[in-house]
Amino acid sequence: MEERRVTMIVNGEPRTADVEPRILLAHFIREVLGMTGTHIGCDTTNCGVCTVLCDGLPIKSCTMFAVMMDGHEITTVEGLGMSSELHPIQQGFRQEHGLQCGFCTPGMMMASKALLAENINPTEEDIRWALAGNLCRCTGYQNIVKAVIWAAEKMRSETAVSR
Amino acid sequence: MYPSRFHYEAPRSLEEAFDLLRTYGDEAKVIAGGQSLIPLMKLRFASIGVLIDLNTIPGLDYLDVGPDGSLHIGALCRHRTLEYSDMLRSKQPTISATAPLISDPMVRTRGTLVGSLCHADPQGDWASVMLALDGEIIAAGPDGERTIPTSQFVVGPFQNSLRPGEIAVGARVPAPRGTPVGTYLKLERRVGDFATVGVAVALDMSGGSVVRAGIALTGVGANNIKATAAEQALVGSALNAGTIEQAARLAAEAAQPKSDVRGSATYKRHVVHTFVTRALTSREARAA
Repeated sequence: MEERRVTMIVNGEPRTADVEPRILLAHFIREVLGMTGTHIGCDTTNCGVCTVLCDGLPIKSCTMFAVMMDGHEITTVEGLGMSSELHPIQQGFRQEHGLQCGFCTPGMMMASKALLAENINPTEEDIRWALAGNLCRCTGYQNIVKAVIWAAEKMRSETAVSR
Repeated sequence: MYPSRFHYEAPRSLEEAFDLLRTYGDEAKVIAGGQSLIPLMKLRFASIGVLIDLNTIPGLDYLDVGPDGSLHIGALCRHRTLEYSDMLRSKQPTISATAPLISDPMVRTRGTLVGSLCHADPQGDWASVMLALDGEIIAAGPDGERTIPTSQFVVGPFQNSLRPGEIAVGARVPAPRGTPVGTYLKLERRVGDFATVGVAVALDMSGGSVVRAGIALTGVGANNIKATAAEQALVGSALNAGTIEQAARLAAEAAQPKSDVRGSATYKRHVVHTFVTRALTSREARAA
């Protein structure tokens, strides 16, 4: 079985492994690295529950081979925040009840993180466009949008305070 | 779920890629964005022996305007780059309008226009845009480069005319012969779906008159359709209610839609008519 060495920075830490070229980034993150916050849903590149950031930009980790990420930076939901110190996006999803079953939530939050990195004051339309690749079966999206608006305001006020 | 086993190569130059293609022949396939290829591999519709990664080759991600005014899009230029390009909004509004309508934000981070053309999905959006813009593919091989007009590049469903050993390294859109005006209108049931109907309109306007017209249709035929009669009816004319209605009618006649889950043939033909009218009646079109 042919394996190839791959090294990527995952949530700030270099991680190296020998893997088959055909292993998807989503499986690499979950099974090789043991980080199960990134989910696998549709198998058809539709649902977005597998969304992670690659060099800060949102990608579907189910539609990427791990070997292609050699030398790249990956951010997963585990790198967003911790229960002792939630990221404003995580706080927002909590405050605004932006989840029910939670299956889509990591993907939603990672896509939101990418949006807020480029636009810290998004309109509702901006948010819906940015999350267009992430499906939710539970919430009807209303509270997800509210959660991102809440997070954006929190992040804007934190930036203002630190100036 | 998993693709079947394959060998992976990450060449650092085009020359290395050509050597790999020569070595592995039919077994090998190149990958750029992979947003169409990887799903096929996961479903095992594509069984590839050797995957050659183009992402590790520098210098293929360009997006620029040449000294002659032609637009050059490199093989690794992502949909996202096209979407965010301010330059493109004025230089090639049709491309600018299409990019945000391709699939979803994550797919646009990785997917490429050139890769999409090579994939030659008959329901794909970019082939219509390139037909409307008289765009070409730049194919490179060990023996040199050649340009292939879009109509000769996409030769069938999922079939392009690249020769063995050739790689599509970029796309080229000729310089506009006037002020470029245009858009892409896409009706889809939801984001990420294929177009129920897509219409690319690209005009070169000068002195209130149409110097060059490009109109092409997605999702209303076995492949992307260039609405030649509609185009020819516009050239040399001003845009007014009469010429717009004529173009819309001719474009609708050029469509060959099939009734399916996305809508009836009558409905789709009507949408073609509506979209062409809307594109030609836009503020930009009237101002040029």
